[in-house]
Amino acid sequence: MAEATAEYKVIGTRPIRPDGADKVTGRAVYGGDMRLTGMLHGKVLRSPHAHARIKAINTAKAEALPGVKAVITVKDFPIAEDRMANLGEMAVNVKLLSNNVMAADKALYKGHPVAAVAATSAHIAEEALGLIEVEYEVLPPALHVLDAMKETAPLLHESMTTTELGQKTEKHSNIASHLRFVLGDPAQGFRDADIVIEREFETATVHQGYIEPHNATALWNEDGHLYIWTSTQGAFVVQRQAAEILGLPVSQVSVTPCEIGGGFGGKISVYLEPVAAVLSRKAGRPVKIIMSRIEEFEATGPTPASHIKVKMGAKKDGSIVAAEASLMYEAGAFPGSPVGAGCMCIFSPYAIPNMQVDGYDVVVNKPKTAAYRAPGATNAAFASETVVDELAEKLGLDPLEIRRINGAKEGDRRVDGPTFPRIGYMETVHAALEHEHYATPLNGPNRGRGVASGFWFNVGFQSSVVINVNADGTVALVEGSTDIGGTRASIAMQAAETLGIPYEDVRPTVVGTDGIGFTDVTGGSRTTFATGYAAHEAALDVLRQMKERLARRWDGEMEKEFEGQAEREMARIAPDDVTYTNGVFKCAKDASKTMTFKEIAAQMARMGGPITGRATSQPRGVGGAFATHIVDVEVDPDTGKVTILRYTAIQDVGRAIHPSYAEGQVQGGVVQGIGWALNEEFVYNDNGNMVNSSFLDYRMPTTLDLPMIDTVLVEVPNPGHPYGVRGVGEVPIVPPVAAVANAIYKATGKRMTQAPMSPGYVLSKLLE
Amino acid sequence: MQAFDYVAAQTVDEAVSLLAAKGAQARVLAGGTDLIVQLREGRRRLELVVDVKKIPEVSTLSYDSNNGLQLGAAVPCYKIYGDATIARAYPGLMDAFTLVGGTQIQGRASVGGNLCNSSPAADTTPTLIAHRATCVIAGPAGRREIPVEQFCTGPGRNVLGNGEFLVALRFPAPPQNFGAHYLRFIPRNEMDIAVVGVGSSVVLGADRATVTAARIALGAVAPTPLLVDEAAEALIGKPISDQTIAQAAAAAQAAARPISDMRGTIEQRRHLTGVLTRRTLQGAIARARGERVNHA
Amino acid sequence: MPKVHVQTRINGEDIDFLCESRQSLLEVLRDDLGLTGTKEGCSNGNCGACSVLLDGVLVDSCLVLAVETAGKEVSTIEGLASPSKLHPLQQKFLEHAALQCGICTPGFIMAAQALLAKNPTPTEHEVRYWLAGNLCRCTGYDKIVRAVLDAATVMEKA
Repeated sequence: MAEATAEYKVIGTRPIRPDGADKVTGRAVYGGDMRLTGMLHGKVLRSPHAHARIKAINTAKAEALPGVKAVITVKDFPIAEDRMANLGEMAVNVKLLSNNVMAADKALYKGHPVAAVAATSAHIAEEALGLIEVEYEVLPPALHVLDAMKETAPLLHESMTTTELGQKTEKHSNIASHLRFVLGDPAQGFRDADIVIEREFETATVHQGYIEPHNATALWNEDGHLYIWTSTQGAFVVQRQAAEILGLPVSQVSVTPCEIGGGFGGKISVYLEPVAAVLSRKAGRPVKIIMSRIEEFEATGPTPASHIKVKMGAKKDGSIVAAEASLMYEAGAFPGSPVGAGCMCIFSPYAIPNMQVDGYDVVVNKPKTAAYRAPGATNAAFASETVVDELAEKLGLDPLEIRRINGAKEGDRRVDGPTFPRIGYMETVHAALEHEHYATPLNGPNRGRGVASGFWFNVGFQSSVVINVNADGTVALVEGSTDIGGTRASIAMQAAETLGIPYEDVRPTVVGTDGIGFTDVTGGSRTTFATGYAAHEAALDVLRQMKERLARRWDGEMEKEFEGQAEREMARIAPDDVTYTNGVFKCAKDASKTMTFKEIAAQMARMGGPITGRATSQPRGVGGAFATHIVDVEVDPDTGKVTILRYTAIQDVGRAIHPSYAEGQVQGGVVQGIGWALNEEFVYNDNGNMVNSSFLDYRMPTTLDLPMIDTVLVEVPNPGHPYGVRGVGEVPIVPPVAAVANAIYKATGKRMTQAPMSPGYVLSKLLE
Repeated sequence: MQAFDYVAAQTVDEAVSLLAAKGAQARVLAGGTDLIVQLREGRRRLELVVDVKKIPEVSTLSYDSNNGLQLGAAVPCYKIYGDATIARAYPGLMDAFTLVGGTQIQGRASVGGNLCNSSPAADTTPTLIAHRATCVIAGPAGRREIPVEQFCTGPGRNVLGNGEFLVALRFPAPPQNFGAHYLRFIPRNEMDIAVVGVGSSVVLGADRATVTAARIALGAVAPTPLLVDEAAEALIGKPISDQTIAQAAAAAQAAARPISDMRGTIEQRRHLTGVLTRRTLQGAIARARGERVNHA
Repeated sequence: MPKVHVQTRINGEDIDFLCESRQSLLEVLRDDLGLTGTKEGCSNGNCGACSVLLDGVLVDSCLVLAVETAGKEVSTIEGLASPSKLHPLQQKFLEHAALQCGICTPGFIMAAQALLAKNPTPTEHEVRYWLAGNLCRCTGYDKIVRAVLDAATVMEKA
């Protein structure tokens, strides 16, 4: 499989991405750019209340407005079934998914869709929304995870009961589930510890902040076939979810993925597609809906606010002997926060013999949470990595040293059960210890340096790839992974490497559900890994077919006379006798017989017809990802404002197929983490209305808020992938919040237990 | 967005009569960076938008060292700090004019528009006050001029009556040994609305060690920008010292009447008022002494 | 309300269109003129994805009414490359991998073009200051800043 010292022709280089010219000229078609003949514009009417019963909806005036072609409510949708289906990265309850797309009897968050309009212009559609009359019975909202967990809290779902450690109970509560992982004997572990630290942390709701709003264009044809164009991380997920919600067979739904302007996990579940579809059927015309930025904040899928308790015990020698955590995550209006993932990741950088992690998935009257880059892990790492830092300080150990002592290695067990295969955490710690950043003293008042580590397990899931050989020796590679960050290039590079042809000779295309086999989302740090794997296998399939053809021809060309069957068999040229190196096929049994890739391509029609290589993958050997980050900050003691002076992100990437895009994933995740650390949060008033639903007051970092982000790509090849790939995209967002908190501590002497560490919060700690 | 009519007025009189005819259903359009957002979000509903950018007096600026600066109300920020002579003459104004949003906003947004939007947190108003600017207003009854500190009457409200609009702002030429500085506190480094803003100006005596005049104006800590006379009194007639500056800062803090909202708490705003008053006074004094102080 | 007839110039060509007064320049470019290279991110002037040049000045097209462009020159991303070659900024963005999803890229390139026209040799700080009105969520800005500085060097030599 993969070797650390293998030399590659294509892998590791930095070619221009194939969709590059389209994107820098503005020509690439994103979902919002879609245009179809007769297309109408749709808008969604949303609940102004965080929690309310919907008593009646009167759409007559809206329907009468000139230019309005259709008005819909939940009555226009099939009744959703209360059952689980595998519809994306996680299993999903169809009824709840459908209810989120269009409210049934209750509005469960401000922004919850209650009706929708299609009209000849977006302005008219907006005017029509103002003419829809909705009668609400306003109910008190449950707005904070701790409040929602109380016995006295208003219940969002009257029929929901808590699933307690895997068992459904009769207890009606906003706690959807309580899960627990245990390893060893934590009680004994804490008794054995020389020092125990116990802390509580709060994090706020945070949004993925992709610059492109959600969009969907739907055409529900007269023949019953539904076409959808959308900016999505997974066309097949949209296909399945739309089919389930609309009561259609999957074969009647075709989804074309447009280019996508960022997703980070937030563009997986459907919001607009079924609404656009139902409007289209009613109006008899295509309908496009684009969300406004306010709708993005109020009615898509942010990541949970959380309350986390962490307790860790260590011995004087620095070994961590026990760890406990309680993670309470806000799921939003429907169950399904990533609390489980948070539990799996929280202590995973360390080999701790005794651990217990409890997770609580709690519904609140806020939008249903969705995945955001290593979902659940950043909140958890903020808590655990701050406590590890405090342990190091109290034990008199350098913070990287305590990580070196306790770092997880191959064979160590995670609290949720699996043991680690070959991983690269220790390599990131060593790289940090040896890095020039760490060796450079940080001088000056009010300055501090912090470190933190993080883990994300990554996923494999399913991908399909087809490679069609062209007569001139170039190939067309067909895949279904939407290209959010350069994966057309990284997948084409793997195919080129395996095929032994130049990168420029591989032309990748991303197609929709009609054009390729099932392919899971571009997410989960899986695309370069799993779709690349399938591309590699499809390339091997091409080579296999070529070898078969050459064996047949070369065997058939033999003019020698044989004395009997046995001798004939000895001389037979089989596919195994054909070798392939550097673009040239050779016959092992006859050195005079060679043919190049280009030559065999040119003769396809005479040698059996077109050559199409295909493969599907569901790789098991997913490599987990580890990162260790170093950050220097300066804190203005008069204002509490934190400036990032320097940032180094060290990560084990397995093998960087295209190092620029691997670096880009790290830098992007780091900066999202910095925003999470310093300023990003949803601010709600007491009625459950978000008051900062704009990029003005939801403050993401700008160019002026950051230095360059230095990256170190450590390569510990993943044995589970032909080129050693580990997923890269998610773990970079895991350490930054904790790293910044630890740096602020060094600069100010104050421990941060709340994120974001905005100037107001830091100032309040300084003035304590 | 509600449908509205658009007219580009060619003269002041035309603008006045259009505005007077429609009353609250009409509003002036300069840079549009506040108005268009308000219309789009349904926070304002209008029948008529009167674009004043074609009126010469409203769209031009002129300066000379005797008469000072005459700034058309619709002149976009980039044109003001892009004028090297004006930028050199009024660094304390440029502190604010370079801060209004990012580059794209500064390509359109105007100081007059910022003032007429009358947000308590407007970045330009405190420094306009510190520079003794006056508002030139045109209306059905003719023209009038009022000091900037009297212009805003509450959040989003000002003294403009029916048919009136702001034509220009007038700034006296800076006297000898004058210095001014504006600073605001924001959580990021650009793009944010001020949590607190302070514009300070001083005039020093010939010895450049005593303060003969001072103006300290606060933004985002009251329903309108505040001119704090008590802060000035702590400085005037006295030699400059850390103590007098601290007294001025304390007076500014005492005058501040902030609220807690999503951008800041009362305690934070009061604390920052003191910090920024001190820092802007130090900057103003340095400039009065001929030292260079960079924009934030 | 009847539509307004606007005569303007876009990317060097005389263009006229009908629009409602309430339509922004961004809406007209994208919905009526088929120039979808300029993107919509927030519609309130906080992300810069809709950046264009209006008489050479960098603005957010979501905050310009289409009627205001009468008699003016509008430059959009579509006007940057020549038929056979990308502009150095576009080329450098590709070489430096300064785009991942690409949605902010047209806005950044227009903003960078405006910067380099005014200041052909900016420092890193000047680049960051000028581009603070353009949000990117994918790249963390590092490679964008490097691409702009590199393009400045190339364009300066030319």
